[in-house]
Amino acid sequence: MSAPSVSEPAAVAARGGILDRESALAKMMIAPAILYIVAMIGVPFVLAVLYSLSDATTGDPSLKFVGLRNFAAALADPVFRLSLWNTVFFTLASQCIVVLLSRLLATALLKNFRGKWLVRFLIMLPWTAPISLGTIGWLWMLDSIFSPIDWVLRYVGLLGVPGALLGAGTNLYYLGVPGLAISSIILVDVWRILPLATVIQLAGLSSIPKDLMEAAEVDGATPWRRTLMITIPLTLPITSIAFLFGVVFTFTDLVVVYVLTRGGPVHMTQVLSSWTFFKGIEGGDLAQGAAISLFMFPVLAAVAILILRMARRTEVV
Amino acid sequence: MGCVEIRGISKLFGNVRAVDHVDLATNEGEFLVLLGPSGCGKTTLLRMIAGIEEPTEGDMVIDGRVVTNLPPRLRDIAMVFQSYALYPHMTVYKNIAFPLRARGVEKEAVRKKVEWAAGMFKIERLLDRKPRELSGGERQRVALARAMVREPSVFLLDEPLSNLDALLRTSAREELRQFQRRVGVTTIYVTHDQVEAMGLGDRIVVMSQGRIRQIGTPMEIYLWPADTFVATFVGSPPMNLLDHGDTLLGFRPETFLPADAVEGSEGVVTYPFEVTYLEYLGAERLVYGTVGEKSHARHVVSRLPGSLTLPLAAGKAYPFAVALRDLRRFDKKSGLYKEGVSS
Amino acid sequence: MPNLRKLAGRGGLYSLLAAFAFFGAFPFYWMVIATFKTDHDLFGPTNNPFLFNEPPTLDHLKNLLFETHFHTYLTNTLWVGLAVVVITLVVAVPAAYSLARWARGWGEMLGIGIFLTYLVPPTILFIPLSRFTSSLGLQESLWSLILVYPTFTIPFCTWLLMGFFKTIPKDIEEQAMIDGLSRFGAMWKVVLPLSISGVLTVVVFAFTLSMHEFIYALTFISVSMKKTVSIGVPTELVRGDVFQWGSLMAGALIASLPVAVVYTFFLDRFVAGFTMGAVK
Repeated sequence: MSAPSVSEPAAVAARGGILDRESALAKMMIAPAILYIVAMIGVPFVLAVLYSLSDATTGDPSLKFVGLRNFAAALADPVFRLSLWNTVFFTLASQCIVVLLSRLLATALLKNFRGKWLVRFLIMLPWTAPISLGTIGWLWMLDSIFSPIDWVLRYVGLLGVPGALLGAGTNLYYLGVPGLAISSIILVDVWRILPLATVIQLAGLSSIPKDLMEAAEVDGATPWRRTLMITIPLTLPITSIAFLFGVVFTFTDLVVVYVLTRGGPVHMTQVLSSWTFFKGIEGGDLAQGAAISLFMFPVLAAVAILILRMARRTEVV
Repeated sequence: MGCVEIRGISKLFGNVRAVDHVDLATNEGEFLVLLGPSGCGKTTLLRMIAGIEEPTEGDMVIDGRVVTNLPPRLRDIAMVFQSYALYPHMTVYKNIAFPLRARGVEKEAVRKKVEWAAGMFKIERLLDRKPRELSGGERQRVALARAMVREPSVFLLDEPLSNLDALLRTSAREELRQFQRRVGVTTIYVTHDQVEAMGLGDRIVVMSQGRIRQIGTPMEIYLWPADTFVATFVGSPPMNLLDHGDTLLGFRPETFLPADAVEGSEGVVTYPFEVTYLEYLGAERLVYGTVGEKSHARHVVSRLPGSLTLPLAAGKAYPFAVALRDLRRFDKKSGLYKEGVSS
Repeated sequence: MPNLRKLAGRGGLYSLLAAFAFFGAFPFYWMVIATFKTDHDLFGPTNNPFLFNEPPTLDHLKNLLFETHFHTYLTNTLWVGLAVVVITLVVAVPAAYSLARWARGWGEMLGIGIFLTYLVPPTILFIPLSRFTSSLGLQESLWSLILVYPTFTIPFCTWLLMGFFKTIPKDIEEQAMIDGLSRFGAMWKVVLPLSISGVLTVVVFAFTLSMHEFIYALTFISVSMKKTVSIGVPTELVRGDVFQWGSLMAGALIASLPVAVVYTFFLDRFVAGFTMGAVK
């Protein structure tokens, strides 16, 4: 049986062109990304290092080498030392809280129930809404006069009455008193990262194969034992990834501090990012600002390496 | 038309020689099977013929044209993958039309050819469906129709029957063979299933570790294996091999029969056969046992036709024999076939 | 008896979830209330903040939309978002495909290299980048943002798409090449149509990531008319020393909710990208 005859258009290029060659094509397709990243991340990073070793300011941006003077000056500056401490403290405190809370929440979200989509939406809001705008909401909540939280506290008698648990004043100055300001920052940091950590942990928890848990049940393991000996070890890599990402985001955060306290009161809530901004951009001391920001780098490098290691270990079964 | 010449082709992945200096030429219109265990290089070789893998050394010639550096689309070949590789977002019609549309054939001509190809495999009624709505057998036919629609000079198939269930496999095998005979296109077929190879191939190329062990018709490969690998790979149960000095003596299970039943005008070799156990398979019986002294007893299998009803029991020994003409000799060190008559 | 335990368990679950949902959403619930409360009601110290003690008003909304530059901030944000989406797609799609298909040897290293860009956050880069953009004459221009935002969208979207492309079987591309397409043609005509949902995810994330961005916008732009919503709302809705709380909340609400809704739909993909497909 022969096919109806058909003439194929002539002139298929006899040798095959560049669109066929794998290695040329591969390089061409990845080149723009590489070029962009080198130009817009690599080069500026090198520049940041150069700035930190110079005496550049916005008035005189020339790069004159001055050695490690800026780093020494930073370490001698009490505000810098405070911001370094704050950065570490805020990050560790908020993220430890986040790990526990997100694990709890993720476990709860494993179950099916009515209205799940709504609950998910509400829980995710801190992360899915622009961070500066969500923080603005908190600004009012933590306001020194109009805070609704204070209103509730006054209403139930914990505040505003002589002998009350939280004092006789009409308001707690969440953003004005150092201890409370620090707690507020940590609170908002937790609030922001919790959704992200929850979703990551949820993905980890739901990836444990059902038959593993069923086999353990048949073997006689109690829920506690199952959690301890199966769930936790298997989800350790993904929990670590959630933790590490939370650390990266909180460690480098500028928005929460800037919007809520501008680093106050009296620099008590200053962090490395905000101090860099105030010194380097608003203050015009480019060299000093660059030096301050570079203190973040070693920690981030260590975190990134840890994340890569953890990602390699997440092959569950 | 449809002559593929493989000249000294090798493929290295790092330090591993997946294909090792292969020379091969197809006959026009033949059904050539590349047979071997997984990792033997047969699929890599097929992919190099297709052009989706580049050889490290050697040349590929199709119909007299050196195609070694040409991309697949310029080689006038068609291929069916093990997974069928149907485009999931296109209807069956569009799938089959794809190779023609890619070459710029215009709509009316495409329609005629698609209907012709679909008719050849009896899938006209499936033309509007999407691949996910088809059964395994139907998908296979669509893949075949897509391959044939261009009327290529060479047809390449990579284990296309292994995804079908056992029952479907045998009927699909038969249809494939008939179809190839009818159309007469040179076909190169890769499989690890030696029954499939024997059933389909005009010639079989037995491969192992990247090299060709033997090329021949099914009968040649079965009756006159070139080395111990071919002897034990082809045929189930495999050929029996016994030590004999620096030689291995080989004989197929169906040639190893009770001494009375062996017709050996040219001579016969007898072995006392101690039976270990028997398998009754209906049309035949497989008898497993040992031959030789206790200390160096060798396991041997005998295949008795159902018509031979001699009662046998495990634990007892019987005189079994092989006709001299059914005996093969292999060099112990190299495994290669040796000429000569055994003593 | 078991029913009671189940009920208690369920009750516990619901209260837990309610607590978390409350914690997450309360500031936004507050924004809704503040948007429609009159100033008098809002600032009355004895008024119950959770109820409308006076009838709700549209004044704040009117003020926001007609008296401030809010609509300009919105259009600015939209423009930047779209431009960044286009740039990201053009750069990340081919790069991701190249890494997914041909990541042998140098490809692997490059993939990791792209990930390592997360090591260098905006708070290290913004000083040199601010000099860089002003030397290009782009200070106070939306183009400075369009130029710089891909630094965080490209790496992330490349990772996202890489994982995605890896799920498309190689067979299909090879079949397309045998059927008559070039390597590039196979990618364009067969792989991309199958990757629509991955590409869509990239579009959503590139857009929302640009919309959320604060640091670069704050650093590069101080002219009111050029601000994006992310910095415009927190910095501009102040008259003198007084926060226009009602309009502020309204602005925050309007800019947050649509993004949040869309983002929530794509959240699972986001996580997959984050964990680099480590969790399947």
